Amino acid sequence: MSAEMVKQETRQRMAQTDTTKPLVEIKNLKKYFPVTEGIVIQKKVADVKAIDDISFKILKGETLGLVGESGCGKTTTGRCILQLERPTSGQIIYDGTDMDTVDRRELNKLRQRIQVIFQDPYSSLNPRMKIGQIISEPMRVHGIEPDPATRNKRVNELLSVCGLSPKMADRYPHEMSGGQRQRIGIARALSLNPEFIVCDEAVSALDVSIQAQVINLLEDLRDEFDLTYLFIAHDLSVVRHLCHRVAVMYLGKLVELAECDELFDNPLNPYTQALLGSVPIPDPEIERQREHRVIQGEVPSPMNPPSGCVFHPRCPKAVDNCKEEIPGLREIKPGHWVACTEV
Amino acid sequence: MDAVSQTIPGKEIEEPAASKPWLVSLFDLIRQQPLGAAGAFIVIIMVFLAVFANLVAPFDPIVNDYGSMHIPPDGTHWLGTDQFGRDVLSRLIYGARTALVVGFVSAFIGATAGLVLGVSSAYFGGLFDLIFQRVMDVFMAFPLIILALAVVSIFGTGVENLIIAITIPFIPRCARVVRSSALSIREIPYVDAARALGFNHRRIILRHMVPNVMAPYLIMITAFVGQAILLEASLTFLGLGVQEPTPAWGLMLQGGAEEYAESAPWMAIFPGLAISLAVFGFNLFGDALRDVLDPKLRSQ
Repeated sequence: MSAEMVKQETRQRMAQTDTTKPLVEIKNLKKYFPVTEGIVIQKKVADVKAIDDISFKILKGETLGLVGESGCGKTTTGRCILQLERPTSGQIIYDGTDMDTVDRRELNKLRQRIQVIFQDPYSSLNPRMKIGQIISEPMRVHGIEPDPATRNKRVNELLSVCGLSPKMADRYPHEMSGGQRQRIGIARALSLNPEFIVCDEAVSALDVSIQAQVINLLEDLRDEFDLTYLFIAHDLSVVRHLCHRVAVMYLGKLVELAECDELFDNPLNPYTQALLGSVPIPDPEIERQREHRVIQGEVPSPMNPPSGCVFHPRCPKAVDNCKEEIPGLREIKPGHWVACTEV
Repeated sequence: MDAVSQTIPGKEIEEPAASKPWLVSLFDLIRQQPLGAAGAFIVIIMVFLAVFANLVAPFDPIVNDYGSMHIPPDGTHWLGTDQFGRDVLSRLIYGARTALVVGFVSAFIGATAGLVLGVSSAYFGGLFDLIFQRVMDVFMAFPLIILALAVVSIFGTGVENLIIAITIPFIPRCARVVRSSALSIREIPYVDAARALGFNHRRIILRHMVPNVMAPYLIMITAFVGQAILLEASLTFLGLGVQEPTPAWGLMLQGGAEEYAESAPWMAIFPGLAISLAVFGFNLFGDALRDVLDPKLRSQ
């Protein structure tokens, strides 16, 4: 490798670590799941609008929280970024490359840089493979560490980085606890030296004490390996602890996006306010005196979302205009985006 | 790295208790599955006889001996002799060889092809799955024996062609069962994880999905061996399978049943019994295997 190439590579790496440059940019992403009728001749009768026109950026090195109720499209967003689902329309631009336009070989290269940690640690590991195989397989397939001896060394390293004993490489997933398995899921994700990890409800299935350990691990890894996270969750206290910025989704749409503290201290969208209001305060005195505002009604069907602002049937502050006008994201304060016409 | 090498309570798991001696677990298994054990016993005896046929059989199964035709069962010829003076017991023992070779080879090839096709069909889904399943439906619409007859009439007779004829109807049957298991596996996150890790389709199908549908596959194989033995005997009986002078149960039944049913009944009775016993043994074994492997039917 010539000196010029080394210099160029260093420059590239410098450009990548620039914190103001978005690593992932999502533009007008839509994912509709068609609902069909008929067995032989399939007729489309409706669309489930899992994601309906969302746009956001994830900056290099930051952790973006994505929160919302069940079924609001947050997991589908993660799956689209991972290319596990094909978006109906819109662009996902990863480090300047539109992921829809690249060919398979390039997509495979991109996939090495994007990894995922799943919600359920029990079903995200192949039960027929030993832990060592699970962690080393990605390296073998992608030709990282082709030598078996160094690969085993790296497996042991990854295990100890994730707080596990290297002895566990010879065990099967069913011999381990949920927390240990989630650490293995993390070790597997790290095996390809990714720069971006989608944490899809990564701690929701664990009990609280294990959750804290895994969150600390995720934080430590972020600092050590300079990782960027998309942290999908419904537990707001976890999100507040871990994230730099938070995006709130409701029925396939982005309703608010702000710096973490700003969002929690000063929520502007009525949905975000209601969502934050539903978090219990761990002090019985305050909790008893607090006024509880529960969101009325059920989440409408994403097959037939309400007109105008999708939240208007349940919104305490709705006015007539909300039924007609679809609110776009507006920057109310620097870095604080809200989709509500009444703010 | 020091920052993350925190100690986790309960990190060390104790080694699992040493497993029971194999003889004890064997007795446990026999007590739990007495019928399965009986089936396994029949299968083992049959395999033993087939493998050591040349040592066990008292006479040559092929050479004619016109001095001793139609001898009823006695001290020398335990099960009597046939119209060419050949020892029925020896021909039964060598016939087990033919039956097992045809049975195992066609069951293995048929079930394995069905396994890979079924898992692929479930994995790719969509239009591929739809078309593939309709093709399988066409094959399923034919009764086993009719489809095998059609294949024999295309390829001709002989052991190799018989194996092909028996294999083909097995493929859709196994593919159908395996596909339904694979459909549920496809939705499990470790398959998504494999895709996110950038593994190719072949690796995901063969390394991540196939090992997890082994239970239905093994059950299908044992069921198929019994069916294949029956099918082999039937086709041979109809004159479409194994040809003389190769010892085969279907052939012995055919030779004995037509002309000598009354004058020399031992010629047809014993091969008939052998076929029944073999199919019975494999079916019992297969049922027991299903009970042990399928957690939904397991009674603990």
